[in-house]
Amino acid sequence: MTLPSLLIQLLNGLTDASSLFLVSAGLSLIFGVTRIVNFAHGSLYMLGLYMAYSLIQLLGRTPLSFWAGVILAAIAVGVVGVVIEMLVLRRIYRAPELFQLLATFAIVLIVKDTTLYIWGSEDLVGPRAPGLTMAFDILGKRLPAYDLLLIVVGPVVLGLVWLLLTHTRWGALVRAATQDREMVGALGVDQAKLFTSVFFVGAALAGLGGALQIPREPANLDLDLSVIADAFVVTVVGGLGSLPGALLAAILIGVAKSLCIGIGTTSILGFEIDFSRLVLVVEFVIMGVVLVLRPYGLLGKPPAVVRAAGSAPPPLTPPRWPTALAWIALLVIAPMISDDYIAALLIDIACFALFAVSLHFIMGPAGMISFGHAAYFGLGAYAGAVLLKRAGLPMEVSFLLAPFIAAAFAVLYGWFCVRLSGVYLAMLTLAFAQITWSIVFQWDSLTSGSNGMVGIWPAAWLSTKSAYYYMTMVCCGLGIAFLWRVLFSPFGFTLRAGRDSPLRAEAIGIDVRGFQWMAFVLAGAMAGLAGVTLAFSKGSISPSAASISQSTDGLVMVLLGGVETLTGPVVGAGLFTWLRDGLARETDYWRAVFGLIILLIVVLFPQGLVGGLKVLLGRWRESRA
Amino acid sequence: MLSVKDLHAYYGRAHILHGLSLEADAGEVVALLGRNGAGKSTTMKTIMGLVPPAQGEVNFSGKRIDRLPSYRIARLGLGYVPEERRIFTELTVLENLSVGRQPVRDGAPTWTEERLFALFPNLGRMRDRPGGRMSGGEQQMLTIARTLMGNPRCVMLDEPSEGLAPIIVEQMAESIRALKGEGLSVLLCEQNLHFCQAVADRAYIIEKGQIHFAGSMAELMADAALREQYLSV
Repeated sequence: MTLPSLLIQLLNGLTDASSLFLVSAGLSLIFGVTRIVNFAHGSLYMLGLYMAYSLIQLLGRTPLSFWAGVILAAIAVGVVGVVIEMLVLRRIYRAPELFQLLATFAIVLIVKDTTLYIWGSEDLVGPRAPGLTMAFDILGKRLPAYDLLLIVVGPVVLGLVWLLLTHTRWGALVRAATQDREMVGALGVDQAKLFTSVFFVGAALAGLGGALQIPREPANLDLDLSVIADAFVVTVVGGLGSLPGALLAAILIGVAKSLCIGIGTTSILGFEIDFSRLVLVVEFVIMGVVLVLRPYGLLGKPPAVVRAAGSAPPPLTPPRWPTALAWIALLVIAPMISDDYIAALLIDIACFALFAVSLHFIMGPAGMISFGHAAYFGLGAYAGAVLLKRAGLPMEVSFLLAPFIAAAFAVLYGWFCVRLSGVYLAMLTLAFAQITWSIVFQWDSLTSGSNGMVGIWPAAWLSTKSAYYYMTMVCCGLGIAFLWRVLFSPFGFTLRAGRDSPLRAEAIGIDVRGFQWMAFVLAGAMAGLAGVTLAFSKGSISPSAASISQSTDGLVMVLLGGVETLTGPVVGAGLFTWLRDGLARETDYWRAVFGLIILLIVVLFPQGLVGGLKVLLGRWRESRA
Repeated sequence: MLSVKDLHAYYGRAHILHGLSLEADAGEVVALLGRNGAGKSTTMKTIMGLVPPAQGEVNFSGKRIDRLPSYRIARLGLGYVPEERRIFTELTVLENLSVGRQPVRDGAPTWTEERLFALFPNLGRMRDRPGGRMSGGEQQMLTIARTLMGNPRCVMLDEPSEGLAPIIVEQMAESIRALKGEGLSVLLCEQNLHFCQAVADRAYIIEKGQIHFAGSMAELMADAALREQYLSV
């Protein structure tokens, strides 16, 4: 690569960094004060793009109207943020953190379908910025003036936000609440108003980030999840709550990405390496390296102890045999009295139930939140498919080996992950999942890349629907029973001890990390089993099995059912799969309907479905006693 | 000024306060004495709305406050200085004070930064120092000053003398007498009997979430058997 093109790529990277920084700054601000990981922040960015598109069309193509459109779009998105905060989040500030996450995820679904309804599914290409359409000559390469302007915007906004935070009382309140919001309340500050204002600023920053991209990037419906993943990465690499850190990380990642595109295919030491393929993973590789070297990000500090009246989760109760036997009997006779559609749906539900139970295993009792559990699901599915099609092994062998391959990756990934905790751990799991996904997505010769693999059918003796149905029920049922049994063994008690009081657990001689690592591997193996079981039932597999949305599906299932109960994840998986299937047949806007159902559940049952039903049942019993 | 009747509070399932009652009148310094774990801090947190009361009634300057969120309680003029100080470590002294600021209140002394620096001269010498880089005694003064910025009618101080050097404890007693001189009511949680003797008019003894003695500070000091039973360690 020549020097001029290197320089151009560097500048391109800086341009991309600006919007990335704006979104991340908003995310970081909101997280700091409200402790809510706002999954919907990427959606706000997406809304910014769409709103800027429409506003500029409405206002006309003069420089003034362009900039007015951008600013108005940012403000409008800020108002959307305020509405979200007041209608939804305000009701659940006292709910467990994970439930808030679920609520913001429901908002992602609703915003996506609302956008689809208003603007349609076509990508919308915005206008170029009037008055800034010229380009500069830099060492013989051309760089648009608008891009140069964007490079300046990031640091300027950082400066403005910094001034706001350090030179106003509002800023002092925000920083104080970031450290100890209960104390701020006891000093007479209305938290609700403070939170609403923080949401306005945070959302407006995301909206501005999106609106500024309108001349460079078409508005499309996939931006929400891709941007939120990027913003998570930037926030974590920079250090949660550190705005300069976010700018630094945004620049690092923006530049690394555009360098990968710029370098293209190069031979190093005789190997041909196509760097442009690394674009999808480079940020996650950077995040992995940074988190291992500096567990709290480049400029971050260890998180302050969050003061809340939160109590440890209630003890789990083991399942009762009569209930379990009734379910088993029902599942045994189900295919005899119903059609193939029901059997197929039950197979899906069983696989997702095992997936959700394995995720719950590490999230609940082991206290490790994973945003990337789909990695092991996808690895199990692909391991089965690759062993069958590429290695030519018999189906039975491929099937049985698949969970072990998923476990092997969990050994590797888990070693890094258990060194972190909380949000940082969740982000690192997301990073590994994304790396896995992009390898699967790009390794054409092994996985057929984005096309996915087809013809993954079970052996002859399992080829009828009912045979495979029973096979699924046995595998998934045993998997779930095994994980549940483990939770009531000394190993399971040790995990909970490590979650509730890591220091005391260490002090009585428990290797907390070691146990967490083992739990991670067990959960990975079981997710792999769920993946391979589903793959052979469908006959095909695509990279989406390891995608972010597969991971978030798992999270939704666990949280919907309730993370504090044993059977919650199974109920959540059943409800999720059944609802998605049913709603998708009825309406194009099933996501929005689904999101609204989730919000309703979140507001009515802050302990999850099963947890909420238990509370209701308890009250009913008390009133009769 | 402040009156608590039959207060019950729980942490999860643990029953901490069992029908506790107490009063503090205008311009009075009242000490709440008791051993570790007797429920002193919980009493204050419950009055302040940080721990939800399960039963009972709290009235403050003629208003019932036991169902209000803590910011509304603070805005009625009830100040709270927590035991662990809870200074905003990233914020400077002046910024810490600005967080506590509330409008001027009728019938309560009005505080400005300058008046507070006159009361706590050490703070005036480190206006731009972050709270995290101050000594324990300086932090204790800052947390009181921060609460006073809200121009309260009554302040609750949770163990203000804890962990301070004797000379600083002396200054602290001086400051509390000054607050009383301004007409403030003060409710004080303490384990340090001598400190209470220096500042308090009346005393309550709390054990297992119930009041076991109510009377003047002089009565308590005269009754060695009572002190032996509830306060000796």
